[in-house]
Amino acid sequence: MTFAERASSITVWVVATAAVVFLLTPLVVTVIASFGSSSVFTLPPAGWSTRWFERLPTTQGLLASVTASIQIAAYSTLISLVLGTLCAIALVRGQFRGREAIATLLVSPLMVPGLVIGVAMLQAFREYGLRDVWASLLFAHVVITLPYVVRTVLAALSLFDFTLIDAARTLGCSYPGALRKVLVPALSPAFLTSGMFAFLASMDNYPISIFFTDAWTKTLPIQMLQYVEERPDPTIAAISTGLILLALIALVISDRLVGLRRLADF
Amino acid sequence: MIPPEKLKASQIGLLAVPAVAYLVIFYVLPLTWLLAHSFAGRSGFTFDSYARFFADPFNWRVIGNTLRIASLVTLVCLVVGYPVAVALAQAHGIAQVVLLASIILPLSIGVIVKAFAWQIVLRRDGVVSQALMALGIWDEPQRLLFTETGLVLGAANVFLPFMILPIYSVVKLIDARLSEAAATLGATPAYRFLRITLPLTLPGIVTGVTFVFSLAVSMFVIPSLLIGDRFQTLATLTGRAFLMMRDEQLGSTTAVVLLAFAVTVVIASTWLVRRLGSTE
Repeated sequence: MTFAERASSITVWVVATAAVVFLLTPLVVTVIASFGSSSVFTLPPAGWSTRWFERLPTTQGLLASVTASIQIAAYSTLISLVLGTLCAIALVRGQFRGREAIATLLVSPLMVPGLVIGVAMLQAFREYGLRDVWASLLFAHVVITLPYVVRTVLAALSLFDFTLIDAARTLGCSYPGALRKVLVPALSPAFLTSGMFAFLASMDNYPISIFFTDAWTKTLPIQMLQYVEERPDPTIAAISTGLILLALIALVISDRLVGLRRLADF
Repeated sequence: MIPPEKLKASQIGLLAVPAVAYLVIFYVLPLTWLLAHSFAGRSGFTFDSYARFFADPFNWRVIGNTLRIASLVTLVCLVVGYPVAVALAQAHGIAQVVLLASIILPLSIGVIVKAFAWQIVLRRDGVVSQALMALGIWDEPQRLLFTETGLVLGAANVFLPFMILPIYSVVKLIDARLSEAAATLGATPAYRFLRITLPLTLPGIVTGVTFVFSLAVSMFVIPSLLIGDRFQTLATLTGRAFLMMRDEQLGSTTAVVLLAFAVTVVIASTWLVRRLGSTE
């Protein structure tokens, strides 16, 4: 190995190590702040305490917003999985013009600024006479979760060998049976990763949700933003630590099921 | 159920109808409406709202802020993200797991959590200030919160994974023997990087830059928490117009300008990636 090669390899690893520290900084800081005893953040904290976690059950509006967020994320992921998978099958197996245009349309909400989608929906839903906050949030969230499903399932389907279904039929499977025993298992990693990303995208969504929430129905990010603006104490850090823990669990589970490397596929 | 043998390819295409219909109602029509709204005057079609918008020097500053911050964030992410993508492609075992986890875990944490953490980190008595003091770079504690540097740092942190992953996805496909072959033939490392690695990774770079730029140009919660109201971007101005000022005409106009920037970037990058793909 020449000197220049060694130097470039060292640079790569120094930057990578620094990047790991940089990427994890906000998470580590949040966790530390949530266990600090003082209501003013100091690093390292003056003392340790779990009182911010003990407060969570009685924090105004927290439970309601968590429930709303989970429900909306779950329903929108489910609807997206159904609509997205059907559409992906049509795009891979169907023969009609404009398939590429449809694929672009379905993935485009990822590229259009969320805020722009939000204001557009706000005005349109008003024209439709749609006043219900919960329904508006659900309809909006399906639009932003659909791209994750379409993108991943489309990629998985284009690698799937459809003659396997014919083979299963020849061996005596009924058509629905062949779909269930051959196609569904082949697609399950795609369902899992896209479902997870879709769920998280809905849980985190802020720029669209903010136009549809009211005093009674808030999603978690909107509720948290209100806490940050109104009383920035470590209660927010405690909520965040809970979310980090959940993300960590989801990560470990999906690593076991499909492998971390597959999650990194873009 | 219809016997599958009778399902023609054209009928399979019907499976796309629900998703497409859904998007037309809840996405395409609203965006069309927004566009129409911004061109609507008392007597029909008009450019009035745009004429007014672009006549105001304040709005030019807003556009300048938006593009400057988005470019800086993209640049930081590229400079940091490229080496990380290379490291990730080379890594094995525990190093790979650590790298992957520290890229994917932050991706699954909400932006408000991270922006809130950066508020703590960037304060006058925050970690960055303490570290730079300890290193002797700063003589006295300073705050980075509510500065552009702080905003770029926080935003780059949030968007970095969107740069690393697309670059990684092309770096990992490069045949290491190419570089070895070039080395055998006497190519210097710099030459090998510029003539082999860089051109092969260019599509990944373009995708990453597109992702990060379009996210950074439209970020809304990060600036409002890390720099505050006196620094406006197109996105924060759009949000304010709708949520606080109740000036939907202004909001629609800024939203369309923002949309125009985002669409331009995406179209340009799609074209670039195609061109890069066809020259190989």
